[in-house]
Amino acid sequence: MKDKAKNKLSILLPFLGLIFVLIIVFVVILLKDSSKLKDFYSIYNLKIILRQTVVVGIGALGMTLVIISKGIDLSVGSVIALGSVVCAVILKMGAVGPVDESGNVILTEATVSGGTIVLSLLGAVAACSLCGFVNGFVTAKFGMMSFIVTLGTMQIARGVAKIVGNNERVRTPDNIFQSFMDQNPDPAWLFFAPGVWAMLILTLAIGLLLKYTVFGRYVYAIGSNEDTARLCGINVEKYKILIYTLCGLLTGIAACMDYSNLGSGNPMGAIGLELNIIAAVVIGGASLNGGEGSALGSLIGALIMAILVNAFTTLSIPPAFQEITIGVIIILAVGIDKLKHRKTA
Amino acid sequence: MADSILHLKNVHKRFGPVHALKGVELLVYPGEVHALIGENGAGKSTMMKVLSGAHQATEGEIELEGKPYKPQNPNEGRKAGVAMIYQELNLAPHLSIEENITLGVEKSKFGFVKHEKNRVREALTLLGLSDLSPDTKISALNIGTQQLVEIARAIVADAKIIIMDEPTSSLSREDTEKLFNVINTLRDRGVAIIYISHFLEEVKEISDRYTILRDGMTCGTGMLEDVSVPEIAEMLVGRSLDNMYPHVKHDIGETVMSVKKVQGVGLPKEVSFDLRQGEILGIFGLVGAGRSEALRCIFGLDPLVNGEVLIGGKAHHKGKITPKKSLNNGLDLCSEDRKTEGLAQSMSIAVNTTLSALYKESNKGFINLRKEKDIADEWAKKLQTKCYSTLDPMTTLSGGNQQKVAIARLMNHDSKILFFDEPTRGIDVGSKAEIYQLIQELAAEGKSIVVVSSYLPELQGVCDTLSVMYRGTLSPVEPVKDWTKQKVMMFATTGQMT
Repeated sequence: MKDKAKNKLSILLPFLGLIFVLIIVFVVILLKDSSKLKDFYSIYNLKIILRQTVVVGIGALGMTLVIISKGIDLSVGSVIALGSVVCAVILKMGAVGPVDESGNVILTEATVSGGTIVLSLLGAVAACSLCGFVNGFVTAKFGMMSFIVTLGTMQIARGVAKIVGNNERVRTPDNIFQSFMDQNPDPAWLFFAPGVWAMLILTLAIGLLLKYTVFGRYVYAIGSNEDTARLCGINVEKYKILIYTLCGLLTGIAACMDYSNLGSGNPMGAIGLELNIIAAVVIGGASLNGGEGSALGSLIGALIMAILVNAFTTLSIPPAFQEITIGVIIILAVGIDKLKHRKTA
Repeated sequence: MADSILHLKNVHKRFGPVHALKGVELLVYPGEVHALIGENGAGKSTMMKVLSGAHQATEGEIELEGKPYKPQNPNEGRKAGVAMIYQELNLAPHLSIEENITLGVEKSKFGFVKHEKNRVREALTLLGLSDLSPDTKISALNIGTQQLVEIARAIVADAKIIIMDEPTSSLSREDTEKLFNVINTLRDRGVAIIYISHFLEEVKEISDRYTILRDGMTCGTGMLEDVSVPEIAEMLVGRSLDNMYPHVKHDIGETVMSVKKVQGVGLPKEVSFDLRQGEILGIFGLVGAGRSEALRCIFGLDPLVNGEVLIGGKAHHKGKITPKKSLNNGLDLCSEDRKTEGLAQSMSIAVNTTLSALYKESNKGFINLRKEKDIADEWAKKLQTKCYSTLDPMTTLSGGNQQKVAIARLMNHDSKILFFDEPTRGIDVGSKAEIYQLIQELAAEGKSIVVVSSYLPELQGVCDTLSVMYRGTLSPVEPVKDWTKQKVMMFATTGQMT
């Protein structure tokens, strides 16, 4: 009975972390500039925070799968940059409109068709899924450490992004997908930006996938003990490739959101984003030793980081202190996890 | 008799509401080997941890050489002369013998390590390892020698009491002999040895006196020469163990599996046997003979280089054998190593019970969690697995109960042919008897079973037929009654039948 309560507690832990962070932020704002309290705790700001969570949040869902299976994917930052560049390049190629004297379409006056938008999104997701597949294939088939493999593909994806984007920011004609990340969506009854809804739905989907499907069970089993999984007739290689490919697919969706946010594809963008994503997953209660983690936890982890950044910006505290605080939170999260394990041992 | 070196008086240990030690008494004299016997969960490890300083007693007194002894941490225990040798060796594989032996107690000058090769060499010589250089890396040694290095560490530290937890559980007979010689040498030097083991015959062979723990209490102590093995076993479980090896009637039918000249990478070299329905075939051999490797080749965990495996007349070896293919063909394996391979320790009992047969409770890839728990509950009840809930992680169970979950997975999967690799390693006597019973019942259901073990009495007690492995080659299979102990050991050590 007691253990059951403990189980419940560990599910609630990320929520407690969220509340803890909200209280800290409340106190800090109160002490520093209480007039900002109203701004921070407003529906409008909630919309902004959620919108700011989307890219890291969706990326963290893919990373959750990888980390539960006792792997890591360092390439996601570069892959997001690659995805957003692929998306932007396809949109640019599909631009229709008046032409300048050298024969190029004038982007500010051009439009793109709905079909091109869909094609660009599919292209980005496909490119990122391919990166994930390569990560999974090399890791599984050659028995290499995912840390090293993805350290390599991190560089490769970055290089490819620069080639595809011709070393510069890729601008695109204005299009409807850019409003996907508006905090005041059209139609208004959506309330949150469509990108936020996409994140919430994906979290639910990955959460269900992990808890209720055979695939999810195998993800945990491989992370908990790969040898046992093999003994039980699970095709570990196949499932690892699937896990990394799925992570790539989700990274691709995150890349589309990144494009939507910025309105352009930047091969130099999203540098170091993989570390924020890994941090979100770890804050959300996943263990780098594998076998543990949840989609909801990772989403909350991403949310906690977005709240901190937002609060610090509201108070105009320099970014240096943001970084220090997030660092402390990561170590705290892992420390709490360690304590939790000592109790159950 | 001389003054005692260690005296535990009415020692209690509580972990919150759990009362792990309920007034333990232990009296140890210098220069004796004192066997500490008890089922898993009887409180042996807690008691050892109190002695080494890893835990502190809640109540009671401990005297070391007549003086009160209250170590606050393992380092204090070590300094006071109490050395622990755990079942899982605590050596750093990348460091040398010397580095391991002096780890944590290095003598240094201006921060530079001062070598103590001579002391290390002395200790190694004492252990009969004089030809081993202190610079050898631990990873280059076999497990038996590694264990001796741990003992060398205790000698270099001038330990007065050495506590050995199941020291022979992973040793071959040869290494066990070596260890016993070392123990005798240490005893002659006046060192007190507390020897924890499940192997009662072995305990009787090496120890002078014994103390038995049951349910956190001392329930017997005395000279070993005054008691018989069955008497000890009885005290252990608190009930009579007339029938350690129960027999359930089972009929032997047609051949279901033929293994012909199977060869792996290195080991095994040549393995051939036929297995019939309802037959329990035992494979005996010394550690390193290649018994596990033979099972793993046939099951698909290790590559099969040569040879044929026919299951129900069909060629199982065609193409690559994978565990999945084996499971599909009705062959399942219970791993010898439940900690690192047999079970996913951080996952729940329910998950481990159903992991290989998820199709039974899933529909189109979705798992019915309630059904999964029901299945696991049913098996836990049938096998009398002691647990609060089947949703608890494996780590909450004792070794015997973990093994029951590992077997429950096989039973739930319901394959026709079952391989058990060392099914009773490191588990208590009571659980052993239950597992022998289970194996008999499975045979009575018509399953065909192969049991691999390095403990001959259990194979003689459980199996219908027996075969012996010598350096990768399997002897012909013969009815178990045709094998005398001499004949078995003859083949196991020389590869000759006569």
